[in-house]
Amino acid sequence: MVDFTLWDIVRNLLLAARWTVLLSLVAFAGGGLVGLALLVLRLTRRPLAVRLVGGYVQLFQGTPLLMQLFLAYFGLAALGLNVPAWFAAALALTLYTSAFLAEIWRGCVDAVPRGQWDAADALGLGFAQKLRYVVLPQALRSGTPPTVGFLVQVVKGTALASVIGFIELTKAGQMIVNATFQPFVVYAWVALLYFALCFPISLASRALERRTGAH
Amino acid sequence: MSLALDFGAVLIDWPLLARGAALTVALTVAAALAGLAIGVAGAWARQQGPLWLRAPVAAYVELIRNTPFIVQLFFIFFGLPSLGLKLSPVAASALAMIVNLGAYAIEIVRGGLLATPRGQVDAGLSLALTPRQVFFLIVLPPALARTWPATASQIVIVMLGSAVCGQIAAEELSYYANLIQSRNFRAFEAYLVATALYLALAVALRRALMWAGPRFLFGRSAAQR
Repeated sequence: MVDFTLWDIVRNLLLAARWTVLLSLVAFAGGGLVGLALLVLRLTRRPLAVRLVGGYVQLFQGTPLLMQLFLAYFGLAALGLNVPAWFAAALALTLYTSAFLAEIWRGCVDAVPRGQWDAADALGLGFAQKLRYVVLPQALRSGTPPTVGFLVQVVKGTALASVIGFIELTKAGQMIVNATFQPFVVYAWVALLYFALCFPISLASRALERRTGAH
Repeated sequence: MSLALDFGAVLIDWPLLARGAALTVALTVAAALAGLAIGVAGAWARQQGPLWLRAPVAAYVELIRNTPFIVQLFFIFFGLPSLGLKLSPVAASALAMIVNLGAYAIEIVRGGLLATPRGQVDAGLSLALTPRQVFFLIVLPPALARTWPATASQIVIVMLGSAVCGQIAAEELSYYANLIQSRNFRAFEAYLVATALYLALAVALRRALMWAGPRFLFGRSAAQR
């Protein structure tokens, strides 16, 4: 049996934390793109599109992320696609993130005064131009703090990827516990590393919120 | 690609799913009651409590809000026994959910307290109410009413998060979904049925909370203040 020093534990957790960061970035970027598409779809104000996006958001906000991960993992397998855990995790987290971001951004777009839409209409701008030049730049202002804040939820959400076997920070913690029998120390360090990732993001979100004067 | 689904193999085990859903609901009710109590006490402590208490409460809120629930759960269930605190899976799940919801509730209730017009406090004091009476009779009810939609959402989030508790063998809904799929190898169907049940629970829980809040917690008059 190999002896683990504290540094061995922390070093291995730090190495695994890279995967937490990578998975978070992939989910956040992918979720942002899909979320933007959902937002635009909703802003077309076609009844069917609005209902579909509403249902999509309700579906992902009303079910556990853990179940979404399982469904992605076993659903793709049921389709005959044997995908690795990281792919299922990235897919589920992307869809989950897109639903929340679409909803956050919808709130920000709704907060843009109706007169701005009318003014853009009066200038003869098309749908895409209205969004690109009038509405979205204004929504971006109030949308940045909650978007940054949601990144914290994404980072924390990646911890669930450990359950389907993706070796990120939490899974690495479990494996080190199994080797060292020091759950107290290891999980405390795991929590501390998540905190080190998330707390600066939380602070940044709050600083942005104060600067834009949203509250 | 062929997809042959068999939901019958899962639905035949409905008594297990019902038992799991019952524990999920029970855990959520416990977390909601105790978490809300922590929320009120913590928000009071941060705003009017003794100075030595404010920093620890703020630290507790930040620590919980910036770490994943699954890590909090593992720390409580696997880590605390080294300090001599050994909990059953259900007790550890309940404790983790309470501690988690408590931190969010403190922030939510605090936001409601901050929105109290100063004049209401002055009016209460001028009626010779004690500061404690002013807090519980005048400031708190409308603060809870103002923030109730956010509180209800957070309780729903904690309920959905409790799906992780099956990982430490607390026999809630996701635990039984896992058990069923390990027996009949219908993983996708089992988790799809469980997911649908969670969705139904989330919708029902939100409705129940929006109904119960004004009736039992802060009174209908506070909701209009």
